[in-house]
Amino acid sequence: MPAQVTERQYQGKVHEDSRRLMSAWMGELGRAEAEGRPTGAIMISGNCVELLRACHILPMFPEVTALQNAIRHKSLPLILKAEQAGYSSDNCAYVKADIGLFLEGGMGPGKPMPFPNLIVCNYVGCNVYVKWFEHLADISGAKLFMLDVPFLRAAEPSPADIQYVVGQLRELIALCEGVTGEKFDIDELREIIGYSIRAEEGYSRCKHLCKHKPAPFDSYFDSINLMGPINVLRGTKEVADFFDVAVAEFEGLVAQGLGPLSEERFRTVVEGPPPYPYYKNFRNLFAKWGAVAVQSTYSTVGGIWEWGFRHDPARPLESIAEQMLRENLTNRSITTRYQQIRRYVEEWDADALVIHSIKSCRLFSAGQGDMRDYFTRELGVSTLLVESDLEDPRYYAEAQLKNRIDAFFEALEHKKVVVRAAGRRGAGAPPAEASR
Amino acid sequence: MTYGAGVDVGSTQTKAVIVDEARRIVGRSLIATGANVTKAGESAFVKALEDAGLPRTAVGYVVGTGYGRYKVTFGDAQITEITCHGRGAQSIFPATRTVLDMGGQDTKAIKVGADGSVLDFSMNDKCAAGTGRFLSAAADVTGVSIDEIGPLALQAKIPVRLTSVCTVFVESDIMSYLAQKKTIEDILGGVHKAIATRTMSLVRRVGVEEEVTFTGGVSRNIGMVRALEEVLGTPLNVSDEGHFMGAIGAALFALERAQATAQGGAVAVGAARS
Repeated sequence: MPAQVTERQYQGKVHEDSRRLMSAWMGELGRAEAEGRPTGAIMISGNCVELLRACHILPMFPEVTALQNAIRHKSLPLILKAEQAGYSSDNCAYVKADIGLFLEGGMGPGKPMPFPNLIVCNYVGCNVYVKWFEHLADISGAKLFMLDVPFLRAAEPSPADIQYVVGQLRELIALCEGVTGEKFDIDELREIIGYSIRAEEGYSRCKHLCKHKPAPFDSYFDSINLMGPINVLRGTKEVADFFDVAVAEFEGLVAQGLGPLSEERFRTVVEGPPPYPYYKNFRNLFAKWGAVAVQSTYSTVGGIWEWGFRHDPARPLESIAEQMLRENLTNRSITTRYQQIRRYVEEWDADALVIHSIKSCRLFSAGQGDMRDYFTRELGVSTLLVESDLEDPRYYAEAQLKNRIDAFFEALEHKKVVVRAAGRRGAGAPPAEASR
Repeated sequence: MTYGAGVDVGSTQTKAVIVDEARRIVGRSLIATGANVTKAGESAFVKALEDAGLPRTAVGYVVGTGYGRYKVTFGDAQITEITCHGRGAQSIFPATRTVLDMGGQDTKAIKVGADGSVLDFSMNDKCAAGTGRFLSAAADVTGVSIDEIGPLALQAKIPVRLTSVCTVFVESDIMSYLAQKKTIEDILGGVHKAIATRTMSLVRRVGVEEEVTFTGGVSRNIGMVRALEEVLGTPLNVSDEGHFMGAIGAALFALERAQATAQGGAVAVGAARS
């Protein structure tokens, strides 16, 4: 193996501001009940956070609660509690970790958070989600609204699909008005959407900056600093401003030629969620090889903003519906997902694709074996498939992962040496030792 | 004379090999890994030196491989056994394009290039089904030694169909067949067939390209060789050195690095010199 690559331990303003914004949001949720502010639980993918915000309902995300517990190494006791209550070991561990919390009478990661007043299941394509939110409604006694978002059957959602979702959004508005006792104001929604557009533009710009070599940040591991604000707090001025700062900071790093590692040896695209219980360990397995993720599909679970979709204040409900239909990673066909990854590999000039398959989510992981074959055999893209879980630490076997990752980069390194040697030979240099 | 050494610290056994400049094996050792992985690596290396009749200082470079490779603290570098098996297999069977390595806890299908470098690989999931451990469990329940199970499996007339390939559940499955008065040969024939079938799905992920070389401790099992040949539909290259293939590959890398270091150059991981 070549000389050790070191992580720069970059903890810049993006990181600090993201933590501050997310902590402030958690604080708001913790105080909401005492302050008489209604809260609403929704899910990340293709969410309608702008609508809840315009209805003066503070959004909360059970997925975020689950992942924050996992990253704090608190998920296993909660998972076990759910299993003791009868949930199967094969159930989604995100669900079980949250159910474990619900059974303890709360929701917050670290500190207690009151149950929501409203539960909006904004994606019913995953039956597990439906059951998760039904159980939350059953335990909390909150009102439950099932928002049926049809599966994206073509590259673009049809006008009929958009109208179908808009109709449900109008029903949701009426329900929210009942919860808050306040009248919905479409102009307020337009203003919120204006902030969303600024954030979407900034997020997109950050992602495109990773086309530079070196990429200014790791688009898989560092993206969580951007994903919280874009997915959870979208539609606020603070987050619109946050992305202005993020773009400026990353542009500064690009200008200085700095990336997250001392040397960027390999550029990867990563598919699949990270193993939150071992986030740092998993990152180190790649960092030691100088591997930086220049794009990732997980960072797009809330929307692929880098390809230009923006909410539209002139069509507020229609553009929210469109976002819910098309910007939901698991709502897209597997071939559409292939094309997304293919564009990332080509346009971000990646050396390899890394697929992290998770036991918890079959919706996410189904088809990844074929995906590996497609990229390896049909496109000639070196592809690594490893498995663990995003929430349940019992599925993380570091020795097994390390072996696969090391072997993969050993082979990739050799491939690079051979290509370089061939280039030198083409330029009249003598044959390289490694390629004889 | 420059020597290179490879130390393969596996989950069950630790193997060490020393090669000379002509790439001949001049010393080797095989010991049980046990609980102290660091000690196993050192002991295997010292025994291989004794076998070669060489002092420690004669070896210019040591490469650690296997799951315990990072515990080969006296080594100069670590390379995964996936890369080392590819290199080792290519050195003994130069036309190798697919390597099937079956060890104590995992099975790997490795696609290699003409120079022995790894092009693709696939491994069993976090489960010992379809590995040497599975065979050990079957041997224990049937009361047959691990060296005898292969030849006995070849005598099966109607191999039983195992309902589970779980290493834990296979024991109760076998006991059930014993209670039904099935012969040991038919039970072991079924065990080997089950592993071969499971292995096939791994190999298909990287694609079967001839020649196929079978390595790892289980390659010494003639019953498994035949069962795999049947499901793969192709003859397998099997060497008496199969058990040492990872250590051989590591030793060859070590030799090349020792020579390159002496000449002030460098050799890429995975590269083979023809």
